[in-house]
This record gives sequence, C-alpha cells and structure tokens, in this order.
Amino acid sequence: MTSIGTGYDLSASTYSPDGRIFQVEYANKAVENSGTAIGLRVKDGVVLAVEKLIHSKLLVPGANRRIQTVDRHVGLATAGLLADGRSISNRAREEGANIRSTFREQATVKAISQRLGMYAQMYTLYSSVRPFGISTIIGGVDKNGPGLYIVEPSGVCLGYHGAAVGKGRQLAKTELEKLKLSEMTTREAVMEAARIIYLVHDDNKEKEFELEMSWVGSETNDTHLPVPDDLLKEAEAKAKEALETFE
Amino acid sequence: MNRLKAGEVNLGTSIMAVQFDKGVVIGADSRTTTGSYIANRVTDKLTHIHDRIYCCRSGSAADTQAVADIVHYYLQIYAQMNGTAPPVEAAAGMFQKICYENKDGLSAGIIVAGWDKEVGPSVYNIPLGGGVFRQPWAIGGSGSTYVYGYCDATYQDGWGRDETVNFVRNTLSLAMSRDGSSGGVIRMCVITEEGVERLFVPGDQLPKFWEGREVLSAPVRKWVSEPVPMAVE
Repeated sequence: MTSIGTGYDLSASTYSPDGRIFQVEYANKAVENSGTAIGLRVKDGVVLAVEKLIHSKLLVPGANRRIQTVDRHVGLATAGLLADGRSISNRAREEGANIRSTFREQATVKAISQRLGMYAQMYTLYSSVRPFGISTIIGGVDKNGPGLYIVEPSGVCLGYHGAAVGKGRQLAKTELEKLKLSEMTTREAVMEAARIIYLVHDDNKEKEFELEMSWVGSETNDTHLPVPDDLLKEAEAKAKEALETFE
Repeated sequence: MNRLKAGEVNLGTSIMAVQFDKGVVIGADSRTTTGSYIANRVTDKLTHIHDRIYCCRSGSAADTQAVADIVHYYLQIYAQMNGTAPPVEAAAGMFQKICYENKDGLSAGIIVAGWDKEVGPSVYNIPLGGGVFRQPWAIGGSGSTYVYGYCDATYQDGWGRDETVNFVRNTLSLAMSRDGSSGGVIRMCVITEEGVERLFVPGDQLPKFWEGREVLSAPVRKWVSEPVPMAVE
C-alpha cells in the first residue's frame, strides 16, 4: 500500500469503512475538469448550452459536438470524458427506441433519464468496470411538457428547473437561481444560457471556447435542434455585452 | 393446414367490440370446444388487460391467455413507470407485436377495446397474421363470418350506450344460432371513463329472430271446384 490511499479506492466494488465509494468520487473529479454544461427548463421548452473548450487550434470549428440528439424530442449534453459522453448518448438512443417499440409512443424524458441512471449505476457495482466519467444533462419535451434531468456518475437521476455541471457549475447555479425559469420563453432562455456560459468561462486560466447550444420546444415544433446561427450570434453578442457591465 | 394440435382447446367463437360516444361495448359467446366436445359452456372470453382496457379472445385458448397475460404484465409496468393508465393504443401495439413476431406459432385473433384519456373510446382488431386496425366496430371468431352482412346493414354512427348494447346482443345471438362452434350465453362489458359494467344474457333469454316453421309438406292440391257425385239413373 502506498502512503496515500488505503486501498479502498482501487475498485468500484469496494466501500471505504465510512461508506464511500472512492472510484465514484474520482469520476466526479473527471466531470469537474470539464467545460461547463447547463440546461434551462422553461415554460415552453428546454435549452441546453455547453462551454466547449478548444484544446487544439487544428480542430474544425463547430465539429466534435458535446450536445447530441437522443430522440426527435430529446437532447443530451455531457460534461466529463468525451468518449463516455458518446457511449452514454448511444445508450440513451437505444432506450428511447426500446420504449417506443414496446409502448408505441414517444418515450418521456423522465423514462429515458431513469433508464440512463440505472445504466450508470451498474458501472458502480463491479471491479471489472469503471464508473462513467461524465454528468449528463437530458432535456426534452413530451406529453407531460418540458423535462430536464441530470444523471451523475453514481447513477443518481434527478429532475431540475435549471441544471449545471462541469467546471463552472457553482457560479452557473447561482445565476440560474436568479432567473424566473417557469415564466421564461425558450427564446429568452437562449439569451440567458449564452450569458451564463460566457460568464462562467475564465479567460485568464482557460483556453479558447466555443458556445454550443440547442433547444427543443414550441419554437422548434417539439424537435431537438441546434439553435439557428443567427440567433446564436445574437445571443453571443448580447452575452459579451452583458459581461462588460456585470462586475 | 391444421392450426390446432390434436386435443387443443379452441375458442371457436363469436366476439365483437363496438365503440360509442362515451365508451365501448364488448361481447362474446361462451363456448369452448375440443373438437366436437364442449369443454366449457360458460367461458369468459372478455379478458381484463388494465383498468379500462379489455380484450376479446378467439383462436387457441392457451395462446390467447398467454399473450393476454404478457400484455397485462407490460401494462402494469407502463402504469408504474408513467404514473398514468396506459392508452388503448399501447395495449393494441403490444398484442400486435407479439402476434406478428410469433405468427407461425400462434393462433390468436384478438380484439382490443377500451377507454383512455388521450382519445376516449377505441377498438382495435388484431386478426390472425398480426396486423392492427383501428375500427369503429369489429367482429371476430368463426361465428363472425355469418353476421358481417347484418353488421354492415345495421351499424350506424352516433349510437348511445343502450343502442350499442342491443346491437352487440343481437349480432352475437345471430352468430351463435348459425355457428356450430359458438353458443351458450352472451357476456358483455360496457367500458367507460366511470368504470366497467358487466352484462349477462342467459342461454334461454337470447334475442330471437326468424327460426323457421314446421317442415313444409307438399302443397295440398286445391280443387277448382268440389267434385260432384255423378248422377245415377
């Protein structure tokens, strides 16, 4: 045994004496190092936004998306290990298709999220696997209206009005709490989401970033789509403007 | 092709379901046979699937019971998962999937009917090959072939509960009187938002229609005029 650690962190299938699973906590560390992702559930839809850090100037702008479409009416944003995000979105698509084929109707956001939670939880039980190094924000619109959920590496799945994961989540959460989300439209939420992402980005410490946003709701006929270019540009311009006057 | 195994219990049947403005009426005869032997003369072919969803079963008794049990199980999961009662379409879709994917191994003709808060009353017919068809009324089973004409000529949109119940009772009685594999009593259910009401018509109180007269003999010869005895001198 090395001087640091007592051997309880070597496997996800081992508890520490005080009841913690260190591998799951380390997975959360992987999430904390990632660019911020937020979700806003408003009266007529959901907006997802991601601060995508550009780790190389050679990457094609707009490529390598961190927001993905799960089903026509559901989208998902991840913070953490990129490859794990791809894997979990594939699983989410399978769950959506599975629910659709057994029950002959669109899967609810809640149903997909809860199944993803069960999937993530399975990776906290065995020594042969590692937990997912991502927190996932799932947003969409179904027969019950807009829905927004987070699935964490532990497998816990909770519903939110506003969700924030990744590096800047603390600041993002305090900003989200100031908003009257249930009275807001998706169009207004796009502006706020852009502002929050620009606000939580730390210019001094971090690399360049790209703002990635998607929305689903009455503006998009309940389809999960990227926010159109012109609106994205407008939101970015407003966000930069707001940043000047923030402090 | 002989679809049933030797000795398999058969629901040679008359079943039907009809929707009306506030709900659906489903009905069935009560005969279950193994060959020419009536294994059960008071069978209940109206099977509970969920609170407001029932199905009428025809074909193999074993197959249809098994399929109904599977769908019942999945709809309970649906209700738990969503916190609401499942729509009739979901039930029909599941029956269809099972019947289609196992079409070579099953002999099941099922009518699914019920009420849900999304679309109100609805009737789905799932015949032998595993198709699914939404219809205002559906009939099924061996007895149904004898009464298609009656149904086409009689059914009208816009009926209320009582007219619909009458239609179902009359149709089934006619089918049971012509089909050797149908008979016994009539069981019916009225499914509405408020609940499920069961109706029963005993075998000696079935509605009667024209039942034929005594066997006709050769026509009696009528004389144009009465024969008159010949006058004898």
